[in-house]
Amino acid sequence: MSAAAWFKSRVGADRRLVRQSVDALPDGLWTKCPKCSEILFNKELEKNLRVCSKCGYHYRLSAWERIQITADEGTFKEIETGLVTLNPLNFPDYEAKIERDKAKTGLNDGMVVGLAEIGGHPVGLGVTDWFMGGSMGSVYGEKVARLFELATKKKLPVVMFTMSGGARMQEGILSLMQMAKTAAAVARHSKAGLPYIVVLTDPTTAGVHASFASLGDFIFAEPGALIGFAGARVAAQAGLIDRPANFQTAEFQLEHGMIDRILPRREIKPTIIKVLDFCMGKEVSSDAE
Amino acid sequence: MPSKDWTVLDFEKPIAELDEQIAQIKRLTQEQGIDRSEEIAALERDRDRAIEEIFSNLTPWDRVLLARHPKRPYTLDYVRIIFDDYVELHGDRLYGDDHAMVGGIARLGDRHVVFVGQQKGRDLKERQYRNFGMAKPDGYRKALRLMKLAEKFKRPVITFVDTPAADCSVDAEARGISEAIARNMMEMSVLETPIISVILGEGGSGGAIGIAVADRVIMMENAIYSVIPPEGCAAILWRDPSKYKEMAAALRITSADALELGVVDEVIKEPLGGAHRNPEAAALSVKAAIVKHLETLEKIPVQKLVDARYKKFRSMGIFEDTSKKKPQKKVPAEQQEQEEQGEA
Ligand SMILES: [Zn+2]
Repeated sequence: MSAAAWFKSRVGADRRLVRQSVDALPDGLWTKCPKCSEILFNKELEKNLRVCSKCGYHYRLSAWERIQITADEGTFKEIETGLVTLNPLNFPDYEAKIERDKAKTGLNDGMVVGLAEIGGHPVGLGVTDWFMGGSMGSVYGEKVARLFELATKKKLPVVMFTMSGGARMQEGILSLMQMAKTAAAVARHSKAGLPYIVVLTDPTTAGVHASFASLGDFIFAEPGALIGFAGARVAAQAGLIDRPANFQTAEFQLEHGMIDRILPRREIKPTIIKVLDFCMGKEVSSDAE
Repeated sequence: MPSKDWTVLDFEKPIAELDEQIAQIKRLTQEQGIDRSEEIAALERDRDRAIEEIFSNLTPWDRVLLARHPKRPYTLDYVRIIFDDYVELHGDRLYGDDHAMVGGIARLGDRHVVFVGQQKGRDLKERQYRNFGMAKPDGYRKALRLMKLAEKFKRPVITFVDTPAADCSVDAEARGISEAIARNMMEMSVLETPIISVILGEGGSGGAIGIAVADRVIMMENAIYSVIPPEGCAAILWRDPSKYKEMAAALRITSADALELGVVDEVIKEPLGGAHRNPEAAALSVKAAIVKHLETLEKIPVQKLVDARYKKFRSMGIFEDTSKKKPQKKVPAEQQEQEEQGEA
């Protein structure tokens, strides 16, 4: 499905459902910021890339919203749309949950991969949606691996936006192996001398954070994003003591040297372009623009 | 008399009772000098039959308990038996020395190898010292440093996996536990020397795979390999921590499951009653498997080896690729039942 078609599909009966997959905006003129309670006009919020103009709260974006504000207009071509999730462990209720999230998001899986241009630079682009908690199962891992393989073959940089609760429990040990699979695919892309840019968005935890999401040549994050090894619920279960107030946030990760920069949403695309200019040569983007 | 020994699992109690009876008669034999060997032999036969019966009916949860058995041999127990000689090496050269991850150089017959592995502690004090086998970033970085040494000097790497999970405390997070695990998997996937991983006990999630990207992954019969502990998974997914036994089954975490799902290459049969009843025999079985696999791997040119390792992990996962079929649009999903492995 193209971005345009997807946006069209949101207008209609399933619009409310689609929006539940990310931070929902009620169908109306205004919404209340979940962080500072400011009343925000939806039109203004959309214009501000869904960032609260008062407190800077970054609403979660759907995969296609992310593509729309990242890829040069009309350049994104989705690949690997034919991969279908099975239930390899016969895990109870798994199929039902998959079907529920397919209906909610209009997607086959949380990982959406494709070819695009950013500032005129051709790239492999991966974005994620809140499908099964953004979790990584066999299809997700395969899509990441194929994106890196295609980018290696075509000598393209990879730009990856992550949003994930971690490995998908319903596929058990097979999900764990996707960590190794994706890390190995990054290794080959990296050995080919190609750049890999990661943008960590809220939340990026556990199996995804401990694999391809932490292996970028450049790692950025959105402000306030939850980022860490232990998933939110696992961390809560572990009952960690002495947690600093900003524990497992983008700010904590920056403080400890784990990411390059925190980028407000509006600065992400311009910064990616600067990095691509640095890695690939500037003439590409000036030609295209 | 039921044993109160905390190192005896509930389902092992009948075995422990027979063990105790046998031990008593042996003591009496020594004290009184009467030959009761026939009686002992009969009891031992009874005991072995009991073990066989109990172990032929183990549930996945029972395997979890065996994998975590307090008497189960740990990495250094295996190291001492498998290798003719070894020198433990410490530190990650970046921050510290993680006692939950051990490693060093060792001699295996004619071969020189590097070993790394998580180490659990036996008593409370040692358990704390070893952080319950939960390594921090420093442990994973120490492991990687040693693996790079192996690559430099063209020696194979043997990794021993036995961890409930990687450490997720505040300082582990602050020093980048995610990065350390991710980096290890990435570097292991291109390491130019043979790697064999042995899942000894608990193959706990990212903590396990962080040292288990190998040419051959072998697994002890009563070990587990899981994306998440069944207790935590039941609490999170079913919001009911009491359903951990059902979850242990649903997650398919036994060695037989891992073999069937294509995640491990070989399962090593444990001595009767589990590795803890005969650590020596268990270690010798592991040794034989390591030597056998090394003999094969050493003959493969290193670039082919690394390519094969990539393909091995690349092919893990089960899904359907509808684009590989002849174009047949609008076929209802229910009709597309054929399972396909990911392409190599
Ligand atoms: Zn606000």
